[in-house]
Amino acid sequence: MAAPLTLLLIVAVTIRAVLFRSSLAELISERVEVVSPLNAWKRVVEGLALLDLGVSPYSGDVFHETPLMIYLFHFTVDYAEIVFMVSPYFVDCLSCLLASLDRAKIAIGSNNLKSDLLFNFPGCLRHIISFSTCGLNNAIIALFIFCTLKGSALLSGILLALATYQSIYPLTLFAPALLFFLQRLYIPVNLRRSSFWCFTLQYAFIYVGSLVVITGLSFFLLGSWDFIPSVYGFIFSVPDLTPNIGLFWYFFAEMFEHFRLFFICVFQINVFFYTIPLSIKLKEHPVFLIFMQIAIISIFKSYPTVGDVALYMAFLPAWSHLYRFLRNIFLVSCVLLACSALFPVLWHLWIYAGSANSNFYYAITLLFNFGQILLVSDYFYAYLRREHHLTHGLYLKKKDGTEATLVLK
Amino acid sequence: MQSFGISLDGTKNGETFAPAKDQFQEELVIRPLHSGDIYASFQFRTLWDTDFLQEGQKKVSHYRLFPKSLGQVLSKFSVQELHISFTQGFWRTMQWGQPFIPSPPGAELWVWFHDTVSDVDGNWKELTNVLSGIFCASLNFIDMTNTVQPSASFKPLGLGNATDHRFLRYATLPREIVCTENLTPWKKLLPCGSKAGLAVLMKSEKLFHSSFHSQAVHIRPICQDEQCTSKAWELRQTLNVVFDHYTSGQGKKEWSLFKMFSRTLTEACPLASSSKVYVDITDNPELSPATPLLSQAVVLGDRRTYSVYDLTRAETFGQLRSFNLLLRWKGDNMLRPLLHAERYVAGFGLQTGEIHTVIYNNHPYRAFPVLLMDSVPWYLQLYIHTLTVTSKSRDNKPSYIHYQPAKDRHRPHLLEMLIQLPPHSMTEVTVQFERALLKWTEYTPDPNHGFYVGSSVVSALVPSMVAMSTNFTQDQPLFSSFVPVKEESSYFVRVYTEPLLVNLPTPDFSMPYNVICLTCTVVAVGYGSFYNLLTRTFQVDEPSPPLAKRLANFIRRIRGVPLLA
Repeated sequence: MAAPLTLLLIVAVTIRAVLFRSSLAELISERVEVVSPLNAWKRVVEGLALLDLGVSPYSGDVFHETPLMIYLFHFTVDYAEIVFMVSPYFVDCLSCLLASLDRAKIAIGSNNLKSDLLFNFPGCLRHIISFSTCGLNNAIIALFIFCTLKGSALLSGILLALATYQSIYPLTLFAPALLFFLQRLYIPVNLRRSSFWCFTLQYAFIYVGSLVVITGLSFFLLGSWDFIPSVYGFIFSVPDLTPNIGLFWYFFAEMFEHFRLFFICVFQINVFFYTIPLSIKLKEHPVFLIFMQIAIISIFKSYPTVGDVALYMAFLPAWSHLYRFLRNIFLVSCVLLACSALFPVLWHLWIYAGSANSNFYYAITLLFNFGQILLVSDYFYAYLRREHHLTHGLYLKKKDGTEATLVLK
Repeated sequence: MQSFGISLDGTKNGETFAPAKDQFQEELVIRPLHSGDIYASFQFRTLWDTDFLQEGQKKVSHYRLFPKSLGQVLSKFSVQELHISFTQGFWRTMQWGQPFIPSPPGAELWVWFHDTVSDVDGNWKELTNVLSGIFCASLNFIDMTNTVQPSASFKPLGLGNATDHRFLRYATLPREIVCTENLTPWKKLLPCGSKAGLAVLMKSEKLFHSSFHSQAVHIRPICQDEQCTSKAWELRQTLNVVFDHYTSGQGKKEWSLFKMFSRTLTEACPLASSSKVYVDITDNPELSPATPLLSQAVVLGDRRTYSVYDLTRAETFGQLRSFNLLLRWKGDNMLRPLLHAERYVAGFGLQTGEIHTVIYNNHPYRAFPVLLMDSVPWYLQLYIHTLTVTSKSRDNKPSYIHYQPAKDRHRPHLLEMLIQLPPHSMTEVTVQFERALLKWTEYTPDPNHGFYVGSSVVSALVPSMVAMSTNFTQDQPLFSSFVPVKEESSYFVRVYTEPLLVNLPTPDFSMPYNVICLTCTVVAVGYGSFYNLLTRTFQVDEPSPPLAKRLANFIRRIRGVPLLA
């Protein structure tokens, strides 16, 4: 396994390096599908320039990165390319690990390692040369999943705190990680058992403690709490309506002022709202739960980019054994491919040619998100169905002996 | 001085007021321009020896020449200096030279508050609304989203103890249109109104039929003498207008007062201590009626000769009791302006763009520093790391940069830089910006017209080719004493660039309900799918038995008999 993996990694490095150096890099780093006001590299450079001028980067509305990013990039701004080239590898390696882990557990399916990486590649291709800090965020989440799967609660807690600190939404990954550790340590999920609470409190303590430490460190960088409204207030209140591939921008551009607060709350709750029901349903399957949570975050967050989409799509090869139960995969792939092709076309028509208006781009946004929702729910259906077949057998018969159809009731 | 009005020697509450020491001067300067147009500049100055802001004294309530509305504004809001201008058109520096009093297109208001004011923003808000009422202009659109506090530009032009820029507020409304409605209240502030004196010439149908029209009010405290033993308040009302009959095709370089203003002068304002008309005769035009009075003045680094007509003397008006000046000129000799600036937007599409400001230093051998101030609205997000300043195709690093980034919907960008301009060169300042998508209620009713960005201000002390006089005399003509001259070898110049018109991407304004419905539909699809998968379980689909069997089973259940299969 090591040799083909290394070979593929070397090929990937080469391709990425070539693309970084090409003129394509600048073009792609300006595209709204790829960068958002939260993670654009241009804004990081702007923030560092403001710091050099003696003005706090958070005094304006252009820089929305956390202070630890300032720490990181202050010293590595000249080597930024290397940082961006290295970070997506974490995601690659993780998907391989996931695939191999799941196989070991389930022992179904072919041992096709190469298909994993190749599958993962198109997903990442859109954002590999994007020069946005989304790659770093994805790397942190991937590392967190890796540590969780390897069983290290301490590292997992710290990395989850880091991911939450970067953008608040990974908070919902606390539940699946906790469920995974409980399953691993053979602690039953029973609210009356003290062992359950013992471990939960330990894990929560690690998580909250690291979060507090990281936030405290950020305070000491610039000596003020300005970064909290600038970063987290920005994520939650969505003041910047720059078009992206998400649902928020046009909705709030056309919102009546009176209802704005209500709908902001509704949309933000929508992201966190599925955690508990999903955790209850999938408490025996925490790895799939992590995938579901990441997918939900990527679709419903306030400033999504293709980088976030690539993160959960990178894990799809791990569920390649679900392929036979997927119902709409053809439709979904067609929709997603068509939307990917139409995004730049309609953007150009609106912004540069002036012959289309914002509705065209908005329609493609709607369709893309619809396709994503369909994809995720399809995989969920396939997973649940497979679980049902595992317990009740693959070929089911009705009472009179004929072949049965399964329905959701 | 002829005292026309009622002079009150007031006794109030048993006390006697000393008569207020105020005087009023008016003047008109006519200057033929290089391009064939004619520039007329009116200045009306009221000097009043009183103190609005001094505590412990009774509030000033007896106004004579000074307009009461402005006096009350000054004392209520503790204003140290106030400068407001309304301009229609853009001053073309390269064709017309430097104006006596520069002003940007639209409305501009800058105010220094007294350092005793505790809530400057509150005072500013109320002041703009009150001025909006006084001048019938929409100054109420000035709010925190277009007000800046320049740190180096706009230092006080009069006496100023307050040099802390927290007490300075500057705002400009490039979109503001000037019309008769603004001229009428402005004329009402004059002591003689528009009934006598030079203000008689101000008829709107001619004044607004011009290339450039600017009316302004400047209030500041000044020293009355060289040693500054006594202070007075100075109110200057200025009106600059450039008539373009020549360039708009009426052919001849021949003017008369009647042709320009459709009126002639019949008398000076009786309340004025001096009422003069200056005509620039440096290029030797033919002038009738001729006058023996001549005056030389060095203004803006240029020594020019003026014919002076004193309207307080009856003989100026001649037999017909009417004064109509006739002017015919041929040669054109303009001093090339030493400082000149232009600004434009580069780029294409509605996503990004670049603002280019080009500053020309036309001095053949002297380099001098200029202070460039840019105030850009928040919806054009500037990227200061893309700021480049190049002179003669080499990088020119500014020695002082003050940048305050914008906060969305709260305040605009403010960029001030001190740039050293090499002699005889062009300096280009470029900065990239991104255009924001606004909420649909934040667009103006005609969103595809575009959004205005106010003019940049370039302020500089330009080295003068001609020695300026620093003597302080009361007899100086008004147009040469607007800006105090501190040293002989340079004069202060403020150049305004063009305002910019920038298009922003617009959402579809007819779609709010549709958008809400469609987006909520997609979210609901997600919710529905997950709800189904979370609350339902897989079951084998047993087809329901036919109706007859179901009925039979129902009856059997009632009877208590075993059911059919």
